[in-house]
Order: sequence, then C-alpha cells, then structure tokens
Amino acid sequence: MGKEGGCGQNKTMVKQEQELANRPDNTAFTQQRLPAWQPMLSAGIVIPGFVIIGLAFIGIGVALFITSKNIQVMEMDYTGFEPDSDCFKCSNPEEKNCVCQLDFNISSRFEGPVFFYYGLSNYFQNYRRYGVSKDDAQLSGDLDNFKSPSDTCSPYDTDGIKPIVPCGSIANSMFNDTFLLYREVNGTNELVPLDGKGIAWWTDYNVKYRNPNVTPLKEAFEGTVKPLFWPRPAYELDTSDPNNNGFINQDFLVWMRRAALPDFRKLYRRIAQGDYARGLPAGNYSLKIAYNYPVLSFQGRKKVVFSNVSWMGGRNDFLGIAYLVIGSMCVFMSIVMLIVYAKFKFPEED
Amino acid sequence: MTLKSPLDRVRDALRGQRAREKDIRNLVSNLPYEGLGKTKQPNRYFPGNAIKTTKYTLLLFIPMNLFEQFHRLANIYFVCLAILNFVPVVNAFQPEVALIPICVILSLAALKAAWEDFRRYRSDRKLNNTPCFIYSRKDKRFTKSRWKDVRVGDFVKVVCNEIVPADLLLLHSSDPSGVCHIETSNLDGETNLKQRRAMSGICISDPEFKPESFNTVVVCEKPNNNLNHFKCYVEKPDKDKVGTGIESLLLRGCKMRNTHHAVGFVVYAGHETKSMLNNNAPRYKRSKLERKLNTDVIFCVILLLSMCLVGALGHFLWLQALPSGPPYLVPDSNGHLDSPSLSGFYMFFTMIILLQILIPISLYVSIELVKIGQIYFITNDIDLHDDETDRRVQCKTLNITEDLGQIEYVFSDKTGTLTENKMVFRRCSIMGTEYPHKENAIRLAVLGEPESGEDVIFNQRPQPPLTGWSLDTEDITPDCTQHHHDNRHRSKVKGNAQSDVAFSSPLETEVIPDRKLLQQISRAGNCSGSQEIDPYLDFFLGLAICNTVAVSMATAQRQRRKPKRSRSILEDLVVEEDHFNPPVKKEDFEDTTGLQMCSLHAPSDTNSDNLSYEAESPDEAALVYAAKAYGFTLLNRTPDSVTLRLPSGEDLVFEVLDTLTFDSNRKRMSVLVRHPITREYVLYTKGADYAIMELLEHLSGKQKNIAAGTQHHLDCYAKDGLRTLCFTKKVVSYKEYESWSVNRQRALAAIDHREELVMDTAVQLETGLSLLGATGIEDRLQESVPDTIVALREAGIQVWVLTGDKPETAVNIGYACRLLEEEDLVINMSCKNKLVCTSILDCTLEEVRRYSEDPRNVDTTQGISLVIDGCTLTMALSSDLQDRFVDLAKRCRSVLCCRVTPLQKSRVVKMVREKLKVMTLAVGDGANDVSMIQAADIGIGLSGQEGMQAVMASDFAISRFKHLNKLILVHGHWCYTRLANMIIYFFYKNVAYVNLLFWYQFFCGFSGTTMIDYWLMIFFNLFFTSVPPIMFGIMDRDVSAEMLLGVPELYRMGQGAGEYTFSTFWVSMLDAFYQSLVCFFIPYLAYQDSDIDVFTFGTPLNTISLFTIILHLSIEIKAWTVVHWVIMLGSVALYFIVTLVYSAICVSCNPPSNPYWILQSQMADPMFYLLCIITTVVALMPRYMFHVLKNSIAPSPLVQARHLDRLDPSTRDEWMKEWKSFRSTSQVKRSRLSPPTSPTMETLADI
Repeated sequence: MGKEGGCGQNKTMVKQEQELANRPDNTAFTQQRLPAWQPMLSAGIVIPGFVIIGLAFIGIGVALFITSKNIQVMEMDYTGFEPDSDCFKCSNPEEKNCVCQLDFNISSRFEGPVFFYYGLSNYFQNYRRYGVSKDDAQLSGDLDNFKSPSDTCSPYDTDGIKPIVPCGSIANSMFNDTFLLYREVNGTNELVPLDGKGIAWWTDYNVKYRNPNVTPLKEAFEGTVKPLFWPRPAYELDTSDPNNNGFINQDFLVWMRRAALPDFRKLYRRIAQGDYARGLPAGNYSLKIAYNYPVLSFQGRKKVVFSNVSWMGGRNDFLGIAYLVIGSMCVFMSIVMLIVYAKFKFPEED
Repeated sequence: MTLKSPLDRVRDALRGQRAREKDIRNLVSNLPYEGLGKTKQPNRYFPGNAIKTTKYTLLLFIPMNLFEQFHRLANIYFVCLAILNFVPVVNAFQPEVALIPICVILSLAALKAAWEDFRRYRSDRKLNNTPCFIYSRKDKRFTKSRWKDVRVGDFVKVVCNEIVPADLLLLHSSDPSGVCHIETSNLDGETNLKQRRAMSGICISDPEFKPESFNTVVVCEKPNNNLNHFKCYVEKPDKDKVGTGIESLLLRGCKMRNTHHAVGFVVYAGHETKSMLNNNAPRYKRSKLERKLNTDVIFCVILLLSMCLVGALGHFLWLQALPSGPPYLVPDSNGHLDSPSLSGFYMFFTMIILLQILIPISLYVSIELVKIGQIYFITNDIDLHDDETDRRVQCKTLNITEDLGQIEYVFSDKTGTLTENKMVFRRCSIMGTEYPHKENAIRLAVLGEPESGEDVIFNQRPQPPLTGWSLDTEDITPDCTQHHHDNRHRSKVKGNAQSDVAFSSPLETEVIPDRKLLQQISRAGNCSGSQEIDPYLDFFLGLAICNTVAVSMATAQRQRRKPKRSRSILEDLVVEEDHFNPPVKKEDFEDTTGLQMCSLHAPSDTNSDNLSYEAESPDEAALVYAAKAYGFTLLNRTPDSVTLRLPSGEDLVFEVLDTLTFDSNRKRMSVLVRHPITREYVLYTKGADYAIMELLEHLSGKQKNIAAGTQHHLDCYAKDGLRTLCFTKKVVSYKEYESWSVNRQRALAAIDHREELVMDTAVQLETGLSLLGATGIEDRLQESVPDTIVALREAGIQVWVLTGDKPETAVNIGYACRLLEEEDLVINMSCKNKLVCTSILDCTLEEVRRYSEDPRNVDTTQGISLVIDGCTLTMALSSDLQDRFVDLAKRCRSVLCCRVTPLQKSRVVKMVREKLKVMTLAVGDGANDVSMIQAADIGIGLSGQEGMQAVMASDFAISRFKHLNKLILVHGHWCYTRLANMIIYFFYKNVAYVNLLFWYQFFCGFSGTTMIDYWLMIFFNLFFTSVPPIMFGIMDRDVSAEMLLGVPELYRMGQGAGEYTFSTFWVSMLDAFYQSLVCFFIPYLAYQDSDIDVFTFGTPLNTISLFTIILHLSIEIKAWTVVHWVIMLGSVALYFIVTLVYSAICVSCNPPSNPYWILQSQMADPMFYLLCIITTVVALMPRYMFHVLKNSIAPSPLVQARHLDRLDPSTRDEWMKEWKSFRSTSQVKRSRLSPPTSPTMETLADI
C-alpha cells in the first residue's frame, strides 16, 4: 500500500512536469518585452535636432552655391534656326557637307581645364524602343553577332542583305557634327588643340565595349555594312588614331551612353593641352562646325557648351539653393517648435 | 486472379458507387469469405481503413498546386501581366524578367504546400501502420495486423488504452455486463468517460466471443459526421430485428478505458468513419480590415488605370506634336512608324506592365506572413496560458487577428463562461421545507476568500481546533462526522493552485449536511421497515439514482494525458492518505458518531472513499456528492442496475428499466427503476422547475401547499443566483409499464424519426409526477470576471449576457460580475403578448430618449441596463419590433437576456451585427453557444467543463474568461494597429516607388522607359523593402501591454473605423505622391542640362527612394528593439551590397540596361550623397512635422499613454492610479435618479 502511495506521488510529480510542457517560453522575445527604444516625436525633443540640421544645411548650401557660382559656363546655339545665324544655310537638310562658323569673344580668362560639350534639346535618347535598339554582344566584339545581329536592332539590323555593324538605332543615329576651335592670335587663327582621349567612361572603353580580336580591324567587318546614316564604317571613325576606331571610339562610346533627359549635353573634347591647360585666354574665337546632324525636323536644338568643372561637376545652382532653403526652413521650424513647446508642454516635461 | 473485361469492371464500379450512395447499407461478416478473391468479397465496395489526407501526389504535385494557386485572383493578375509582357508591341521589360515575381511567389506558396502535405503524408503513414488485432478464421484467433488492413465487415479486438481503429459496432466486452468505456477526447475533447454497451442478444458473450458464430446482417445508415448519432439494426437469420444506436458504436480515434478488451464489428472504415468525416479544413473568415482593404485595392486599380490612361494619352499627344520622324523613333521592320493613336493604345498596356506594382499583390502574401507572426505571439503569451489545464490560447481561424482590436459588442454565455461551471450543492427543499445548509454556506464563504485560502482546513473530523469554519455550538459535531469518506487533511494545493483552492477539489465534492435534515433522515431510516417510503429517503434516492453519473474507482483511475486542474493532484494525495489509514480506525471513528445507521458497514465492501464520479454535467456530480454526504452513496452504475448504499449501510441494487435522457426540449431527465424492496416500478424525474411543475399530478390540498412552498423556495434560490432543479417521483403500475415498454421498444428500433418517437414515449411516461423537493446549486464566478467586464466596458465595448437561466438568477449574477451596477437604471422587460411588448418597448424607448436628451444627465455616466427574458425577446426579435429593440439596446450600457434558447442567442448576435453594423464577439463554452459563436464576427470558445463543441466551432479558444481581457485589449489592439499601419504603409510604399517611374514618363515621351535596372526594380520590392513592413506588422508596439490593460479606454482607438479609415488611406496616398515628386524632381533639377545617362540618373533615384521608404517606416515605428535595428539596417546594407555586386559583375548580362559600375561611380561622387541627404529630408519633412506638431499640440490618448510608458514603472503606476481615481470621482458625481431596481442580495458577498 505504501508503495502505491509512493507511486501516487511520482505520478503527481510527472504530472507537474507535464504541466509545464505546454507553457510558452517566458522569454523577452516571445512575451514581446524586448527592451525597446521608444522615440517620441514631440516639439521639445526635436528642436535641437532641427537647429543642428538647419545650420549644417545652410553651411553645405553656401559651399555648394559658391562652388557653383565659380564655375564658368558658355553656351552657344548653332542650330541655325534664326536666319541671321551663319548656320542657317546648313539647317536645310538638302545641304550636304555644309560648314558654318560661330564667332565668339571671351572677355576674361576661362579657367581650365575647359570641357567642350555639344548639346541637343528635345532629343529623346531615353525613348524606350530607341534604348533597346542595340546589340550588346556585338558591341563587346562577338563575331557571331556581326553576322546575325540581335533582332532588338530591328529594323537597323540588316540593310536587307548584309548585316549592319554596329546595328541598332542608337548607333545609327550617332551625332556626327565635328568642331574645330580657332583662337584669333595676332590676326591669324590658331587652332586650339582639343583632347579627345578619355572622354568616355573608363569602364566603357576598357570593359564593356570591345573590338573583335582581329587585326586589322577592317577584316572583322567583312561582309557587313556600315549604319545607314554613317558616312564611314566603324573601323574608320577616327582616321588620325587607329586605336580610336571600331566600338571603342570615344565619340561613339559617349553617344552610346544614352542621356537620361531630352535636353542633354555630351562631352565632345577637353581643352587641356599646351598653352590652354590653364584655360582659354581672353580673346576672339571662332568655331568651325561641320554641320551634318539634322535636328530641325523634330524641333530640336543644337548647341556647344564650354564649361569648367569643380568637385561637384558642372554648374548647377539648384542644389546649393535647395540646401539653403531647407536649412533656413529647419531653423524656422525649430523656432515654431519652440513656441509650440512653450505652449503645449507635456506634463512630465515640467 | 482472372482477367476481367473492361465492361465487367465498369459494371462493378457502378454497382460499388450505388452501394456507397444508398441510404441503408447491409453489412455481413467477412469471415466466411476469407481467402477468396477480391471480387467475391461482400463488402468490397466500401473503402478500407487506410486513410490519405494528402492533397497531392508526387507526380501531379506541380500541376495540381498550380491549379490551386490560380484560384487566387492575385496570381491571375500576375500571370496576365507576365503574358502581356510576351506581346512584343506592348512589352516593357524583357519577357523573362517579368516572370520573376510570379515565379518567386508561386514557388514560395508551393514550397509551403509541399511541406504541409509531406507532414500529412507522414502522419497518415504512421496512423495506417498502427498495429491492431483482426480476427482471422484461419488462425482462429485475433492476429496482429495494421490499421490499413481493417476492412468493413472485419472483427477487431481493442484492448485497454488502445485507440479504436475504425467505427466499430460493439459486440462483446470483457466486462460481464457488456459495457465498455471510451474516452472521446481525441474527437471532441471531452475527457469524461463515455459508456458503450455491447449489442444485446446478438452473440453469446460467455466466456469468449466467437466471431464465426456471427451470422447476422448489420443494417446501418449512410456514413455521416454526427458524432452523437448513429442508426443501425441487426437482422438475425430468423428475421428478428434488434435496433441500436450510438450507445453501441465505438468511434475511430477514441481510447478504450476501464475495460480489458472489447470486440467490435467494423461498420465504417477509413474516410467514412465519423471522426474522419468531422475533419474539416480550417475555416476561412475575412476580417473587416481585409474587406476594407479590398475597396482600397479597387481604388488602386482605378488609380493605375488612370495613370496608364495619362501615359497613353501623353504618348499619343507627344507623337502627334512631332512634325516628322526624328532619328530616335524606331520604325518597325517595314520602316513604318505606327500611327500615334495605335502607339497610344499599345502604350496603355505597356504602362500597365510598368506600373503594375501599384496593385499591391505582395501585400496579400505579406499580410499572411504578418498574421502568422501575430498568431505566434498570441499563442505564446504566457498570460493567456492556463496553468491548471496547461492550455494555451488557440487560434483556430488564422486570418482575423486584427478583428480582435475592433470589437464593439461582446456577447457572453453565463454558465461556464462567466462562472466556473463547477457546481456546489448549496441548499435544498424537501416536501416544502427548506434546509439552508448554513454550515456548508459558511464553509464555502471561508474557502471563497482568497486570503484565507492558506488556512483552509478541510477536515470533517470532530476536532474543533482543526476546523477552519467556526460553529457556535458543540452539539453539531455529530452532524458533520457521519461521513465515512473524509479523513482528508488540510491538503494545501501545491504551487500556483493556491488561489484555486476554493474552486477545486474538496469543495465541489464535500457537502456538510444540514443538521435538521440529518435528523429527519435518521428518523426516516429508523422506520424504514414500513411500507411507506419516506419522501426524505425518496428525495435522496432520486438524487443518487436519477442521473447518468459513471462511477470509477479512484485506485483504478485512468491516467490522463493532462491533469484536469489541480483536482487530480489532490485526488492522488487523498488516495495516498487513505492507504495510510487502516479501515479499522475508520470504523472506530464512525462508531463514535452516534448514528446507528453507519454501523452496518460490511468490511468486505468496496471502500466508498475510493469512488469518484464521472459526470457529463457538473450539476449531476454535485447532486450525487450531496446524496453521498447524507449517506446515500452511489456505488456502481451499469446500464441495467444502480447500486446504492443507504445510510444504514445496506447496499441496494436497483434494476434500471429505462433511462429517459436529458434533452433541451423536455428540460428534464428520468430514470425508471425497480425498487428492490417494494418491487415497485418507480420513475424519478428531475428537471427545470418550469418543466416539472406543469407535470405534477392533480394536487390535493397538502401537496398544493408543498408545491407552493417549493416554488417559493425555488424563487428564493434563483434570487440568490443558484441553479435550481426539481425532483419528483412517480410510481408506475405494472400494467402501465408493460404497455409503455412496448411503445418504447418500437421507438428505439425505428430507423426513421427515431428521436421524435423516443421523445414522445418519454413524454408519455413523465406525467402525474409527485413533487419531492428541489435543490439549489451554486456555480461560482470565475476569477477576475468583474474586473474583466469592467475593463471591457471601459474599453467602449457593450457587454451582453445571454443565458438560459431564470431572470432572477441572471440578474443576481449580473450584479455579481458588475455587468449591472448598483446605480444603473435597470429596465426589466418581461411580457406575455406582443401588444404589451410593443407598447412597453415604445414607452421605454421614449423614456430612454428623453433621459439621454435631458441636459441634467449630460455629464453623468449613469448607465441604462436592460434585462429581457426569452419570451419577450422572441417578440422583440420579430421583424416589426426589431428596429425599436435595437434602438433601445443601443442606448443600454449592458443587456441581459435570460431564458434564451441557443437559436435565439445566434439571432440576437446576428441582429445586432447586421442592424448596427458593428463588430461582434461571442464567447461561450457549451454546445448551446455554438450557433452564437458562429454567428458573431469572432467566436471565442472557452474550453471548460462542458466539452469542446464550442471550442471546435470557435475562432479562438481560451480557457478562462479573464483571458479575454488581454486577448482583446492588448493583442487585439496590437494586431489591429500593427496590421492597419502595415497595410497603409504598404500602399504608400508601392505608390511612392512606382510614381518615380510615372514622373519619368513625362521626360521620355511616355514611352515606358525605366531609368532603373529591371532586376534592381524587382529586387527592390522583393527583397530590399519587403521585410521591414512585415516586421513592422508583427512586432511594432505602440503602447505597452501594462498601459493597455491599465487604461482600457485606449482600445476605443480601434473601434468603428479605427485607424485604417478612408482618410488615412488617402492621406498616405497623397504623401506618397508628394514624396515621389520630391524624390524625382530634386534629382531631376540637380542633373538638368548635364551629361547624365539614363541609368546613372536612375541609381540615385533608387537609392533615395530606398532611404525615404525605410526612413518613413522608422518614423512610424513606435518601439525599436534589436530586431528592428537589425532588419532596418540590414535592408539598407542588403541594397548596397546586392547593387554593388550586381553592378560589378553584370557587364552585359541584362542586354538593354547596362548597370555596369554605375553605383560605384556614383558612390565616388560627393553629389550623390548630397543629393540623397537633401531629397530624403525634404521628402520626409512634412510627415515628420505633422507627427511632431500633432503629438505636441493635440496628442492622441495613445501618444499620452506612450509618454506615460516612458516613465519608470513606479511613477507610471501612480499616474495610472490618478487616472483611475479621476474616473471614479466622476462616477461619484453621478446623479442618482432612480434607485436600483434589484432587491439586495445577501449572497453577493460570497460570490
């Protein structure tokens, strides 16, 4: 009997142990009692933060604004839309191999290095179909795609018989105006040296775009035709520098990097050589333009831009102003908040 | 095996189909056909016992799962978009890329389905291979086999503690009386033993059952899922029919108990068994928030379509404005350009693809994940775990957690929900004389006080120093010592059960007899030789006999899986002590009682101390224990006999001729026995007073007095909040019995309308009863019920109690649980006919209206309460009065409905829900609450004493009423605010991101260009910004649980429209538009006129968007835990890592876009950072300022609560106390317009 009693006790203990079986873990996580930081958004607490942010923004804004103001930019439209423009004659699409001239004067030294851009307006390089119209494999030098370009290039994949290389609409529509800059020195025009090296992305030039591993390059292009609008085939893009041909031509690379917005500029050359390394001296200049690219048909505009750059890139006042405005707003808000705080205190903040 | 022609096979299949579909099945034993081919088997058409609950097969998993998944509209939307992408003229991305989201989501869902199915497969296999014993003719014995081998028509032996493999017709039991016990907890959760009886007259059961001799046909009904119903008869070779029902059916899944072994005939196997037919898939409910969300999704669709329209129109106009084909327009292969209108048309579809995530498809997946997390936290809440039953809260419906935060009406059952449903015998009235059982009441009162719990002594030995309850005089000692089963020492319950002493163990079972009554009985016992049986003895005989309580020996107690509260622990302790007390000592002790009737104790008898009673309803057990206290001990009960020990020590065996079981229509039960001494047929009936009183025999003068006196006592009991039962007796003459018995047999054997016929026969017999007396049983309130009800009310929830009790009882309980307050204006509605009802309703309504409009009452919080009885409720629910009733009820703070039927309960819930358009919650514990639980928006089942039917039907199952408090006030609030905020954030997030693309369309000729790499775009939604909102939805904690419980008013924030309203949706939409404008145009202005290229422009936009979206969320997050930090910072880190890696390795992997080295070059540019900082600040400034100013100028209660939360606990408690006291002072200010209508109750104190 006593033994049975003992069993009873055992049973009790077992039962008590079992009782815990279904009991949830008493941890901070399962009981949702993890220590937590509870930020309170109320006037009193955020005032210092706002003041600091406001002042910092104003500081950044001033720096940005001054930097931006120090950047010199000179833009000149050469579309030839106005009849009095020299390029008016060239704006007629019938005119072939037209050359026009743009004269301008620099009153004070244009600090170097000077970047020489061409700009297009109302030109939608970001148009979806246009952006798709290329063959990345072909552009990375895949010879198979020379023979049969990807159908994304359609209708610029073949001329009906032969494949087009480089195929696609982007390549086909490559900007082909060329510029020569002359400075008037002692009554004679002196050619300003333009540096066309390294104007494209380093990765484009070295990684993404590859010419086929065939020398001479021309042989790789055998059995293909040049794009419709192109005057010369790809392997003859730069007659002066054999390394600047094919798909790794700098101008080609710059063009292939599609602009994000319909009004854009693209780097044409840098002026950083010789006497012009410190910039363009004051004086009279003339720009000889080989006017090839038609834009008037779609109400586009063409321009050239000379600009020097700072650590923040080209000139843009917007960001500096934005920082200044927001910074002042923060300071203003903190004053508002101070008033609010004085009026509506929380009980425990007394 | 012979080859069969296909035709034969088809014919066979058709025949099988017909056999299965037939309403009646004829089953014969398989034994004569053992070893024959399959086609020769008589029962071959019925499925075997192997079960398969898996949804899929290995081969067909993919097609079946896909088919299932495409039932969801969201997935179809996805697929349509993907297909649209394969149409060349409209595609926006590469077709393959568009497939990624749908593939990811489908495969995730498929993985989940596969895992679940695999688990089902494993459990099926385990079940199918469980061993069992099937009779084999060859071996002439039961051979070991597996469950899956069991077929219809087999004979299966089940031994003790084994699980029944299929639905068996019980033919033989090791018990000589042919009885076996089963525990159905696997099926319905009820833990009490149920008795099953072997079919009589089929087989000779002595000593061994011979299955070969079974040569009868079993005729049974088609399988159905009713666990409490079975119709069957057995046709013997001589065409003799014997009927039986559920009382002879062993259900699959039950456990055999208290019986060595039993043999049954397989009637249903496998999927046709009742338990399998009851296995329903979890219910799908749609929450209020989700319904609202769907309308917002429709707004999103409209928004999407209008944005696409803008795109298409813009494209058309843009194209038309172009004078001629510029070089950037790409003609088709024929060199033609599409006309602007056609291009615009195509563009519409392109835009749909482009802006598709405006429809937050991933929202549905995220909501599901969030709900899983929320349910995890609810079920893991230790406060919702009941230590005594070791039960957690169960979430049965997985997708309505947030509805818990919007409850406006709570409908509660009373018995077992507000109360313990542990019945304690309190007082009785016999032959018109009241026996108040004062000593018992004192004891209960002492036990009921928690602080005295420690000192509870429960010892009925005559040792005054040990008695916790003090009695004034010495002479009472003999009264309380006549128990021969009670040498219990103070058995302090271990551990946590301390406060539950009052509810568990001795209290329920021990009754201290009333002195006067004891004397009456002893007097009656002395003259027991006379022919006339004393009504006092009869009363206790009725108490002990008229029930269905099963007796089990404490020593033979079955081992339960889980202890049933702490009582079982105590029982064990008691058992243990008994063994240390030799019976001899007990005899001595009993002899000292001075009552001769105890002296005839035969030592060979079973020790009545070890008896424990298994009752289906707690009332019955309480009555049996009460009878035991007076010496009428129920020793044994078989279907045919009841053994009773009289106070004199004599054991009487009553032959039970019939039991007319309880049903809710008759509201009574009867047992017909043959008295062993007088040989009379006696019918003992007990039941609700109103069900009994009208059945009394024609009353003579004296009996009229008795009846009137008893009725008076009954009313008093009811006012004290006791449950009442009347006891009657009827002596049935032999002739009367004979004729009735024939009817009865016929009714029992009937297959059609069996229930009605059986009931009719019961009604036939239950007439002309003579009243013996009445009992009052107390059902105590559960702990913290008043606090919970007060808290719910403070939370702005209207509480209705719907009970089947009498109005007096209900009102009393209403006051006790603070449903009704002393200063309340209680409207009592009880009327007999509809005309009166209408006028009363109109008058009351008018008065209530005037009362609430009275300016004097504006600042009082006095509530109006309504008490209505079932009869009046029926009229009030009629269609013409419904509106007026609802109007009245709406103005009442609490409503108490008495004497309502289960159907009325659900009608009330439905009416309130539909008329007032409010969120309703119903909580109940019994089968009678099932309809109400199902009618409400949220059904909560209390796993109490009355089985599991309520729990089975419920959405959430809790074990104590007080758990409702935390479940609703804390988890409800949290789940709701979390999910609502998460959903709003999700809409915002998608719109803010997609709009970036939309704004860009204005600068790319509406051509559908994206400036962000497609992969990064997809990753953005799929990985970079998907986890933070899910975490936000699971883990954000706006206010601490302590605060929510301490200040229930905070709950009101979620009621009605709650936080997720039309305006919040549109405000966040506007914010999303604003933010997307900022995120697009600040970079646009900064990069204007520069040489930036498409993807270099898009990268900062993407980054800024990420920062904005993540930081927006961090403004919304109220409490930052480690998890928050890890996930938020992790998401940003993931973005940079993935994008950097992708930009470094993808040279030309994704042809049209070329992200190569773009982020790297951007990150080398200081402008990138300056841009990110200013844009993010500008984008988030308004929202931040709005929050700050609102929190400072007009803080919401939640914000104030959050402020208090930040204080250290002691200060916070002080604040909360102050808050509360402020509330109570405002209560004091109430004007007392009318005195409480209820009578004062002396029993209030001890409840």
